[in-house]
Order: sequence, then structure tokens, then C-alpha cells
Amino acid sequence: MLDKNGIAKRIAKEVQDGFYVNLGIGIPTLVANYVRNDIEVEFQSENGILGMGPFPKEEDVDADLINAGKQTITALPGASFFDSALSFGMIRGQHVDLTILGAMEVAQNGNIANWKIPGKMVKGMGGAMDLVGSAKNIIVAMMHTNKAGQSKLLKSCSLPLTGVECVTKIVTNLAVLDIDKGQFRLLERAPGVSVEDIQKATEGDLIVEGDIPEMKI
Amino acid sequence: MINKTVNNVTEALEGVHDGMTFMLGGFGLSGIPENSIQELVKRNIKDVTCISNNAGVDDFGLGLLLKKQQIKKMISSYVGENAEFERQMLSGELEVDLIPQGTLAERCRAAQNGIPAFYTPAGYGTEVAEGKEVREFDGKPHIMETAFKADFAFIKAWKGDEAGNLIFKGTARNFNPVMCGAAKITVVEVEELVKPGELDPNFVHIPGVFVQRIFQGEKYEKRIEQRTTRA
Repeated sequence: MLDKNGIAKRIAKEVQDGFYVNLGIGIPTLVANYVRNDIEVEFQSENGILGMGPFPKEEDVDADLINAGKQTITALPGASFFDSALSFGMIRGQHVDLTILGAMEVAQNGNIANWKIPGKMVKGMGGAMDLVGSAKNIIVAMMHTNKAGQSKLLKSCSLPLTGVECVTKIVTNLAVLDIDKGQFRLLERAPGVSVEDIQKATEGDLIVEGDIPEMKI
Repeated sequence: MINKTVNNVTEALEGVHDGMTFMLGGFGLSGIPENSIQELVKRNIKDVTCISNNAGVDDFGLGLLLKKQQIKKMISSYVGENAEFERQMLSGELEVDLIPQGTLAERCRAAQNGIPAFYTPAGYGTEVAEGKEVREFDGKPHIMETAFKADFAFIKAWKGDEAGNLIFKGTARNFNPVMCGAAKITVVEVEELVKPGELDPNFVHIPGVFVQRIFQGEKYEKRIEQRTTRA
């Protein structure tokens, strides 16, 4: 089974040379730590930077330089700043190659819910609806089950939707899956996790074909 | 040169009154119009609608207006950092319209650019789309969103000149440029107000035509929400 850093490590392997990548808050933010350093990648933060670098040293902290999680960051050589309309222009216009975000639920048709629990948590969708509404390549990073042990990979979402039929791949602490004709398809198992473990933790329909390899991370 | 300067925040907010709709720049606490917000608090302007990506934190930014219950309605994309906001929303004291961040930005830009409405895929199939016109383009459904209408836009820029030309800094730029000229009156506060000719026209982000009033802010706290550093 993977921890959050393990999920981020596995997703980092999906990041290819020349990609512009938008990272969501939480596990997705960790992905930047594990991308191979022999490829060229630029991270976009929707509040208006391309070419986001690591956290600053104490003496370089700048209140005018933050990421979408409101954390202080740095700008790498070649970075650029822009306004919010242009930022979402590059997202909506499909100029960003890969979007990695968290979710509370994913359905087997690719629906995603991650912004609201009615009566309990109402923080807002931020940029998530714009991202999932337009991005071609959306990877969800999340735990396979919630804190109560219930599956987050469902036949259909129970929470208010963020987007419809948009998720392409899911990486959890147990498995890598994609969406295939309205079903989840198991691609890889996390180290030490059996196909049965994954089946038990997946409420939605799960296609298992042939030998399922263990992830290499 | 058409001079847009006013002497201070008091003059800058002339004509502001209860029940108006305001746009406020900023993302989190970065790039918020600190001086204009303080003045709104001081004058106790009430029953206002605020269009702003976030709602500040409990004791800073728009949180200061929330605490005094000056806000009737918030139009935002993300409000997770403010406990008082959540309390007022769940108790029904505060009306809240949560909309996708890109749609929020584009509805400002549309108002700025004289575009009454546009179509976007963001929010299709979700509760955001309820009651909105849906139209397919290239086989993909989009929903129609309309330009905002606002009385005042409160903007924070880094540098500006007396003609109202503006330059922003870092990610403090965010919603500020797209709100300039998107309301009936645009009020800009800057950290540094300079004479015409001191800004290189090649590097002006927003031309003064979008600005009605400009002043140098008295002080900037520039509070940081998540100070994250490395060794």
C-alpha cells in the first residue's frame, strides 16, 4: 500500500518531457517533488504563474508570490506571470497538457465530485470545474477509501458533481486505474496489494484482465 | 495626460454607499486593496454585494467586512479560509453564490470588454449549470454565463502613474487587471504612484483608460496566509 508520497511518486511517472502541468492542492502538490530532473516540465498555478519553483528560503519569502494553495513559492528562470482570465484561458483553451487533482468521489463513467458536502463542508470549487471541464488529460490522486473505510470509486457519485465524464486516470494508495467504456479498469497494483484487496475496496464495476502488474515506483 | 489622481482613500471612495455591488481584486490575501477595504470598514458601508475570488480570513481582508456584517452577498469561487464566513452562510445571514474561478474571471473580463455573455464548458452537468442556457459547440455542451455588473471595482496594483497606467507584481496580479473598467467606477490603490513618463509604456499592464481614480495607499501589511519555506 502507498502513502501520499507514494501516490505522488507514481503520478510523477505520467509527467512527460515538454508538459505544462497544473497541480491541485494536497497530494497533487507533492508530485512536483518526484518529477525526473532530466526532462523539461513547467508547473502552472491558476492564480497566475507558469514556471513555478520550490518553496523559497526564509530570506526570499515574498507576499506577492504564492501558489493556488496560498503558499509562498518561487519563480524559476523562464517563468511568467499573468492575470486570472488569461490563466483560465490557457486551461480552457487546452494549452495545459496535464491536470492532477484530488477528489472525494470518482464514478466509473468519469464523473468527479470534490467541492462540496451539503450541510457540512462548503468551501467552493475554486478552479476545479474549469479544469475538469476542459482538460484533456486528468489524473485523480486520492486514497482508495474515505476515513470511514467506504470506497471512493463508485458506480455513481453521491456528492454534488464537479464535472462529468472527464477523469482519464486514477492513482490511489492501492492501484492505478483508468476509465474504459463506463467501467473502472485495473492497470497496476500497489506493492503488497492483491487484486482481491482492490476489488473489495472498489464499489464501482471493475474490469480485471490478465495478470495485473505491481507498480514500479 | 488625463490626470486620475485623488489625494487619499477618502476621496477615492466618494459616492460609495449602502447596497452597492463591488468588485475586489486579490487571490487569498495577495493583491487585495487593503486601504479601500479599511475605508469601507471605517465608513460602515452596509448591505453590499462583493465579487471577489475569496473572502479574506477572519481578521483581515474581506473578513473585516464580514465580521461587521456589512456584506449581504458574496460572489466567490473559494471561501475555505474563513470560519466566520462559513458560520454566516450556514445560518443564512449571508447569501453566497459560488462559481468556478475561470468563469468568475471571464465574467469580469466580459464586463470590461463589452461582451454581454459567453459560453463555457465549466460547470456543465453540475449545480452551477442549473437554470442556465446550454448549447453545443463541436459536439460539446457549454453553459451561458453573463458579464457582471458592478458599481465600484477596488483594485490593487504595484506601480501606477498619474494617468492611471498600471503595473502589477508577481501573483498579486490575479483578478486585479480583469476588474479594471469592469465596474462603473474603478478605484486603484498603488504602492508607488509616479509621474507620467516614469513607467515604460512597453511594460504597462493596464492602460489608464480603464481607471477613474488612483491613489497611493498609506500602508500595506501584505499578510501571508501560508508561509512555506525550505532550508
